[in-house]
Formats: sequence, C-alpha cells, structure tokens
Amino acid sequence: MSAEVETRNPEMVIVTIDGQEIEARKGAALIAVADEHGIDIPRFCYHSKLSAPANCRMCLVDVEMNGRPAPKPLPACITTVADGMVVRTTSERALKAQRGVMEFLLINHPLDCPICDQGGECELQDLALGYGRSVSRFVERKRVVKDENLGPLVATEMTRCIHCTRCVRFLDEIAGTSELGAMYRGEHTEISTLVGSGVHSELSGNIIDLCPVGALTSRPYRFTARAWEMLSHASIAPHDCLGSNIDLHQVRGAIKRVVPRDNEAVNECWISDRDRFSYEGVYSAERLLSPQIRENGGWHSVDWQTAIETVASSLREVVEQHGPEALGALLSPSSTLEEMYLLARIMRALGSDNIDSRLRRGDFRDGVESTGYPGLQMPVADLEALDAALVVGGYPRHEQPLINHRLRKAAKAGGRVMALNPRAFDWNIDLAVEGVVTAAQMPAALAAVVRAIARLKGVDEPEGMTGWLGDEAPGAEAEAIATNLCAEGPGAVLLGGLAEAHPAGAELRHLAALISQMTGAAYGELTNGANAAGAWLAGALPGRRADGGHTTGLDATAMVAEPRKGYLLMGIEPEHDLVDAAAASKALAQGETVIALATHDSPALREHADVLLPIAALGETAGTLVNAEGRWQTFAGVGQPQGEARPAWRLLRVLANVLELDGFEYQAPDEIHHEVQAIAGEASVGRPSTPVEASPAAEAGLMRIGQAAMFGVDPLTRHADALQQTDHAAPVTATMNPSDAARLRLDAADQVRVTQGDVTRSMPLQLSEAVPAGSVWIPAGLAGSEGLGALIGPMEVSASGDSA
Amino acid sequence: MSSAEDQVEAGLTDAEREEIDQWLGRFPDTPEGHRSAVIPALHVVQHNSGGWLPPARMDAVADYLGMPPARVYEVATFYGMFDVKPTGRHKVNICTNISCMLRGADEIVEHVEKKLGIGLGETTADGRITLKREEECLAACAGAPMMLVDEEYYTDLTPEKIDRILDELE
Repeated sequence: MSAEVETRNPEMVIVTIDGQEIEARKGAALIAVADEHGIDIPRFCYHSKLSAPANCRMCLVDVEMNGRPAPKPLPACITTVADGMVVRTTSERALKAQRGVMEFLLINHPLDCPICDQGGECELQDLALGYGRSVSRFVERKRVVKDENLGPLVATEMTRCIHCTRCVRFLDEIAGTSELGAMYRGEHTEISTLVGSGVHSELSGNIIDLCPVGALTSRPYRFTARAWEMLSHASIAPHDCLGSNIDLHQVRGAIKRVVPRDNEAVNECWISDRDRFSYEGVYSAERLLSPQIRENGGWHSVDWQTAIETVASSLREVVEQHGPEALGALLSPSSTLEEMYLLARIMRALGSDNIDSRLRRGDFRDGVESTGYPGLQMPVADLEALDAALVVGGYPRHEQPLINHRLRKAAKAGGRVMALNPRAFDWNIDLAVEGVVTAAQMPAALAAVVRAIARLKGVDEPEGMTGWLGDEAPGAEAEAIATNLCAEGPGAVLLGGLAEAHPAGAELRHLAALISQMTGAAYGELTNGANAAGAWLAGALPGRRADGGHTTGLDATAMVAEPRKGYLLMGIEPEHDLVDAAAASKALAQGETVIALATHDSPALREHADVLLPIAALGETAGTLVNAEGRWQTFAGVGQPQGEARPAWRLLRVLANVLELDGFEYQAPDEIHHEVQAIAGEASVGRPSTPVEASPAAEAGLMRIGQAAMFGVDPLTRHADALQQTDHAAPVTATMNPSDAARLRLDAADQVRVTQGDVTRSMPLQLSEAVPAGSVWIPAGLAGSEGLGALIGPMEVSASGDSA
Repeated sequence: MSSAEDQVEAGLTDAEREEIDQWLGRFPDTPEGHRSAVIPALHVVQHNSGGWLPPARMDAVADYLGMPPARVYEVATFYGMFDVKPTGRHKVNICTNISCMLRGADEIVEHVEKKLGIGLGETTADGRITLKREEECLAACAGAPMMLVDEEYYTDLTPEKIDRILDELE
C-alpha cells in the first residue's frame, strides 16, 4: 500500500478555462489568468495595472463551480479563480451576454470610425467586429457630450466615451492627482473635471493609451497619420536617468508619435509626458539644418567637408598655439555612449583631459568616483518594495516621473518615503518625513541624520561630523529619518538634481554614502540627463578614461572658471544647460574657437560659437544610453536627420579621420558600443568613497535655489511645442517666502528684478510658504531664466521699478 | 445677500464644521470613513450656499474630509438633490415616477410649466422657482401625485392646490 502524498501548493488552484487546465495563484482575477495563458476575453474597463470596477460588463463569462453553473454570466475581471472552477469564455450564454453588452455600448457611441482618430486601433472597433450586430437596432437619437479642454497634450471627443473610467482610475491610482471624475449619472454620465481645471499630471499622456476609444487622443498627433500606415521602432527616451522604453511610430522616417514599450523592469507600461511629447522638438523650426561658419562677422552655410576641415584646423591651431590644455569639451549628459566615447578619445588624442558632462553639478571636490559610475545601487523595479527611502535634494516627480511612481507605490504599500529638500514640493506621495531647510543648512541636516543613526546603532559616529554639527544633538526630524532608515527591510538614500546642483553637493554625496554604509540602505544618485553612467563608462569625464585610467583634467566648473582658448560643445545650449550659465557665457566669450555640435539653433550658440555643426536628434541616430541602474539600452535610428544634420558619432569619426588620429575606423555605432563594453562593461554603480569635509559657512543673504524645470531639461524638450504650452513650461517666476517679501518691501510688487553677479533679469514674483525664508526659487530651462547665474547660489532681488 | 456671497467664497464656517463633525462621529475614524460623511456634508453646505454648491464650497468639503475634489464633484453631480449650478430661491420637484404618473403627474407638470412659463430643468426669470427634472421616486406613493418643494412634501396634488402652494412661495 502506498499512501499518496498531497504535494500541491496550497497557494495555487486549478481552474479549467475553455477546456484548458490551468494552475493559477489563489485569488487572482480570472481575466488575468486567462491573459497569461493566451485566452482572450473581451474587455474595456479592465487594465492589469488598475483596480477593476467591473463597469463595462464586456468580460462576462460562463462560470461553473462543483458542477453548478452560476445563475448568470460573471465579469471575469472581478471574479477570482477558485479550485475546480470551470470557465467557458465562448459558450453560447457567454457570447450572448457579450454581444448584448456590445449592443448597449454602441447605442450612444458614434458609428463614424472613418473620421475618428482612433479608427484602426480602437478597442471598441475591434470588438464590435467580433461581437457587434451588423445593423443597429437603435434608431433613436444618440447622446452628445460637450468636449472639455484638458490642456495642450490630451484632446477630447467626449461623445465617443464609453465610461470605462480607465482615465479616472489612472489619474487616481497611478498619477495620484485625481483630476478626472465620472460626473452625473446614468445616461448623463460624463468623464470630466467638472470645473474645467484641466489635466496637469506629469504622466497625463498615458490616459491617451488607456482610452479604449477615440475619446482621449494625443493633441499633437491626432489626424496626422493612421495606425496602419505607421511603422513602429523600439527606442529609448533620452530625458532622464531611467531611460523609459519607447516605440517611435513613424511614416517615411518622420516620427508621428511616441508610445511606451512595455518593460516591467524599467517603465512598466507607462511613459512620462516629457518622453511622449518631446519628439515634436525634432521637427522644431529652430532645428539647425546646415553646418555654419562665422566669417567676417556673419554666418555662412558651408558643406560638411569645409566645416569639418575648419573645425580640425582650428582645433589644431589652439593646440599648437596654446597647448592641448587650452582645449575643453562640454557635452550633454544625454549624449549617447558612443558619442561620449568618441569625443573623449578625440580630446585625449589631442592631449587634453578637459572633458565633462556633469554640467549642472555645483561641487566637484569629490572628483570622479573611481569605484563605479553614478547611479542607483539597486534595480529600479525594486524601488517599489522599499520600506524606507530618503530623497535628498530632489523632486523625482518632475525629474524622473516614473522613478517617482515606483516610490509612490512603495509608500502606498506602507513604505516610508522621506525627503530632505531646500523647499517643499507638491508631492503625490504621502511622505513620512518632509524635511525642509535652507540650501545652506542641508549638509548639516544630513549630518544630523548620520549622527542620529550612529546613536541609534550605538556605534561611533564617522569622523568629521563635528564640522557640520559641533556637538549639537540631532533634532526630532533627523531622529525620525534615522529610525526609519535603520528599521528592518530594504532602504535607499537617493540624491536628486538639487543635491547635484548644490554648492556643497560633494558633502551631501559623502554623507549619503555614510548613511548607506551604516544602515545598509542602497545608495543612489538620480543624475541629470539620460546617460551620466555612460559618461563615466565612456571616459567622458576629466578624471577617468574608458579603460579606467586615472586622468587629471579640468571639470565643467573649472573649464568655466579658468577659460579655455578652444571649446567643443555637444548637444547643449549654454544659456540653459550649465549650472552657472552666466559664468559659462563669460568663459565662452573669451574662447578663440568655440565649436558647437547642436541639434537646435540658439541665440547663445550664435553669440559664442565660430562653427555650428547640426547633429541628429531623437530617432535620427543609433546609440546606447546607460540608465541609473546600469542597464545598457541600445536603440537604432529610424529616419534621416532633418536637413543636413548628421549623427554625432559619425561626425566625430570623420573629424578624427581628418585630424589623422589613429583607431577611428568605425563603420557602425555597435562597433563603438562593443569596444566600450569590452573595456568598461564590468563596471557597476559606485558609492562615494572619498571623505569630504564641511565647508565654511556661506555668507548670509538671499540664495537662489533652482533646477531645470520638467520640460526645460534639454534642447529637445525645450523645443517641443505642446510641452512648452503646458503650465509646467510657463515663463520663469521668482518664488519667495512672504516674510522675505515683507522684509524687502516687495509684497505689493508683481514684477521683480533678480540679480546674480552682473546678470539681472526681470520676472514675475510669486509668494509661497513652500520656499523657506532666505531662499528664492527660480527654475532653469524656462523662458526668462536663460543666462542666469548658479542654480544654487547668492542673489539679490529688488522691486522692478528700482534703479539697479 | 452679501453675507451669502461671503460664505460662498470662504471655506467652511465654524457652524458647518460642527454639523459635519457630528456626521463624522457616526462613521469609522479612517480616511474611508470620513468619505462616508460627504453626502450629509454637502447637504449642510448647500443649505448655507443659496441652495446650490459652488465649486469653492465643494473644494472646502473635499479639503475637510480629505478627499480629492473630483470625488466630491462626482457625488454632488450624481444625486439629483444637489445642484452644482445656481438655482432659483425655491426648488420644485414634481414626482413623475410610476405611481405619480398613474395618478396624473404628467398633467400636473404641464400645468406647472404653463403657470410658470418654464420647462423642466429651468428657472423663472425672477429667480423665484427652479422646476427640477425629477428622476427618481420620492417615496410618497400613498399620496400620489406629490411634489417636493425645497424640503417639504406636498401630496394628493390638484392644479388648485398647486396654484396655492406656488403662489405662497416668495
């Protein structure tokens, strides 16, 4: 006799769907289980990332338990699987129910697919083909719903809405803004804001993808192409250190729209509005279309041969007359790995180590970390499982919207997300601790957390804390942060853009590294641009070659503080993209030769450059971006560059050839990619290992605090029309604490003069308690902010009428 | 009227908070529980806002109950007894559901429309009466046909009775 041993996992159940026996997790939604096994159940309201309200009723299926059929077909989206359940998705009763629902859905839906933007990719159209009647029995009048203006990104045709409420649930559950609702009732139901406030979420474009019908469509894209005439190409979004996976939809090489490509490890199925709509910048009227040379005070278009030879000879001239040290290269942190590698090699072949892409960095005392590249010491996907996260000097909601989404998920699951910032932000996360101190107090506030952790753990505190704290005991806020970080479970300390721009940023990095070391929390730098890790790997930094060799070139700030004779700029607009645009402008003015590789024309480039070389933008070139977690993501070019623009890697290769440098015989970017991978592919994210000491207290006075606005981070975004029409891209304002305004007698002023060094700008004044006294919030990358001084640095404000 | 306008602009008054707090006491002290008080809270606020719910007042309710404003708007638009657009000084709801219909509600409606010179869903030019479009049964079938004027029920209606009731409204 042999006793049969029950080995089944009690967490799993066996269900039979359409005759197929399936093992599924107990409690899973029937529709999700069917999806996993390729059994298609029609649906409109269900979406795997959203709650299931079961309001469309399209997924009705026949369910039987223990031989007893359910009295009515059940909605598969809220029916959970149970052991022994038998499901028929295409039984006569199920099909009859589905067809019935379809007939009701079509009662009020216009039957004019040919004039609808969604036509050809419409879930309702597709399912109507399978479940709809060929002739409508409904002869009465259809209802009409007035359209609402939701803003420059999302167009509405609300008569087409079938009230699936995916958009409502997305904004509620994922975006956390709850901007839309299902207003009124029954036949009068309308998806609306009711009060006309529009949709402003940084993730708003996703409701376009979610909408199963043509009610919500992309305003820039609509009516410019049809789904069936476009080709889809996989690519990578080049605006933040996440590197969202995207698909470019193009017709004859012209990008018509950008949609997310599912990658659960990176962006799930979402993308930010910045990633979705920045493609418009590719077709901006300000694109630089031909190589141009300044001659006799005027600009002349020249052929590529002439342009490259001019560049080569002027570079050689600088080297011959002033030595190679007189050359400096500043490149966008969103350049591809291949571009960075080639430019770095050219600079070093010419004898100069002066190359940097850390353009918005405010403090270089810690040099270039040798142990690994700046980034996130954990997988992006694991952020949502954090039990404690401390964001230092960052607002990921605008910097890396989908990293913010992961943190929001962590918080919703009970994780404690905390922030330490020089101002309060409009978080869509319930923060466990929101520490707001002045920028100058930030290092001390972070050091207090280090001290609190040491006390909590009963260990000696690391050396040097007295430099920030003296012997002051940590305050309640530091204690709370420390307690959360020391608690059981995974933690992380994340540095954002404001920490990078901070004049004591090296101290913040050092202190964050100590916190990481003491608590076991992962260390993370959420860097500017899409490829800060790639810059390290490619050796596009003053202190590191791609092969790991240590060099001692000038960093971005030093190249500005000690002006070079020759500058090579790649992918940047100096009035917007440098931490101190005012200083940069002065330095560039002193350069004898300024060569700019640029996607877009800009006044500052026209003012300073001697040669302008048009380079390819999104979709026009192939390359690799390495994201914050060290994921190498390669993408191919889709179409020809606008005008005479050329991919920068190709241009740099030809330049190297003309300069007669050795080893630049690449035929395709993947050769460069493999070369970098062979010499640097083993590297991983590094944590600062060099101690930094407290700097002397800054002089009292007003401080500007700011970072690049969400839609002002790079040239492509700044030239994307629809993004620039949103509130997020409104012309710059100065935001100050009401107490400062009262002290400076500015309470009544609407316009103020802002002075940083010898640059003065006039801009509107806003008052807000979100900004601590002593600070003035002035973002960069917006109209009116160009050419200002340091992102975080001393400034003055006066009433607009006053004489300066 | 200026005091009413002041109220419309402002958040909740102390008295309103007190009244809403009484309702909050009847529900669990959790975020979800607080949301349960939204219907009585909107009644309180509508009563004090000239019979309708200006957006700023709904926002104040949302803020007080810890709900996103859109969730409050959904409730306010869902229920026929809330108005999100200005109404006349008096709201007349003639029930047209099945019992009342069988007892002549349609004639009553026709009579009132003729008498006031407005259709269902409209307000008299002098701002005295809004004739609401009643969508649901008002649960007084025993006295059909019936109507609800502001917060008072009138049953067994006849054209003469209605004339008297409406003429007495200021």
